[in-house]
Amino acid sequence: MGLVACTRCTRAWPLGTQTCGRCGHKMVSRDAHSLQKVWAFWIVGLMCYVPANVYPMLKTKTLFENDESTIVGGAVELAHHGAFGIAFIILLASVAIPLAKFWAVAYLAVSVRRPGAGGNHARHLMYEVVEYIGRWSMIDIFVVAILSSLVQLNTLANINPGPASMFFALSVIFTMLSAQAFDSRLIWDKQTKDGTPLND
Amino acid sequence: MKDTVDPDISLPLTELIVCPQCDAVFHLKEPETGEKAVCQRCHTVLIAPRRQAGLKIIAIALATFILIIGATFFPFLTIDAAGNKNSVSVFDSALAFSSGPMVLLALATAGLIMVVPLVRAMLTLYVLVPIVLDLPPARYAMQAFRFSQALQPWSMAEIFALGCAVALVKIADLATVGFGPAFWMFGGLVVLLVAQESFMCRWSVWNSLEHPKKS
Ligand SMILES: [Zn+2]
Ligand SMILES: [Zn+2]
Repeated sequence: MGLVACTRCTRAWPLGTQTCGRCGHKMVSRDAHSLQKVWAFWIVGLMCYVPANVYPMLKTKTLFENDESTIVGGAVELAHHGAFGIAFIILLASVAIPLAKFWAVAYLAVSVRRPGAGGNHARHLMYEVVEYIGRWSMIDIFVVAILSSLVQLNTLANINPGPASMFFALSVIFTMLSAQAFDSRLIWDKQTKDGTPLND
Repeated sequence: MKDTVDPDISLPLTELIVCPQCDAVFHLKEPETGEKAVCQRCHTVLIAPRRQAGLKIIAIALATFILIIGATFFPFLTIDAAGNKNSVSVFDSALAFSSGPMVLLALATAGLIMVVPLVRAMLTLYVLVPIVLDLPPARYAMQAFRFSQALQPWSMAEIFALGCAVALVKIADLATVGFGPAFWMFGGLVVLLVAQESFMCRWSVWNSLEHPKKS
């Protein structure tokens, strides 16, 4: 309708304005490269997620044993010790949330190209949940950081970070970038093209 | 905020507000203090002015600033196993990744739990103090505020706090673990960060940056 809006500060400007006169944010009516960026970050994130699960996350050295555990392995071990709650949090934050996030971002990116792909409200809610929850996957990295700095007890016990920690951190960062690159306004565009009213 | 604007009616652009999430256009009507203006299409909160929000946010940002500095250098966990003692600060735990390529991870950890919240607190003070004092906005205040908004998802102090709890349980049968002073500072920090978000109405800040009161 002849105007373009700043997504940072909600100010409206005439169509064709390049940068927001209020906050200086770069403006585009619809980010044409949005989906390309989403997919690029998505693929890098997925590529990092595979080694993050294959390589060990923690290297534990005690008097009697040398132990290297992967993300899932560590959670299974915790469950064996009876710490079901913590095992559940780790599995949720490191396995369920990242996988659900890969699926959700891909679904959203595909759905804006294809008509009849779920309700707008459902998809918008999905987008908000993905944006909010994605950061929490970082918890496993922080646990590794805390453990490896805390448990440095000379010969008694030592915990050190494994290579998976770096891949996992990168995977979380890239999926966050992927979700941020998604232009949520695309979800609502189809509706206007179909001729259904804007304000339902 | 009652009506979606009809494309035929042309209002001055300053009287419009556009939902940043779904691009619906509304006629700008500022809600009363304590009320909220919500996007009718996607239910994103657009404007939510709170009483004396500026002062509260400044107080919170100051407290955040002090707590982060404290929480960084005091030990937050201490461990004791058969006479071997160790206590670590957040600073130490970020340095846990200091060998080889893990340095990148150390920088990322330190950045997400200390630097980003610290920078956000400083930017908030820089932008809001002149507004609350009815002074003209600081130089580059708008860029500063925009940057602070962009940093928001990367501020992860609260996630770190939950990480402490998980780490605690993981090594509970290996050693005796105790809380240091920084742990409680971190707890306070999490509460402050949540409170700050609830008081912050972005639109009001943008509006007062655009139309500073003449004093
Ligand atoms: Zn703007
Ligand atoms: Zn909306």
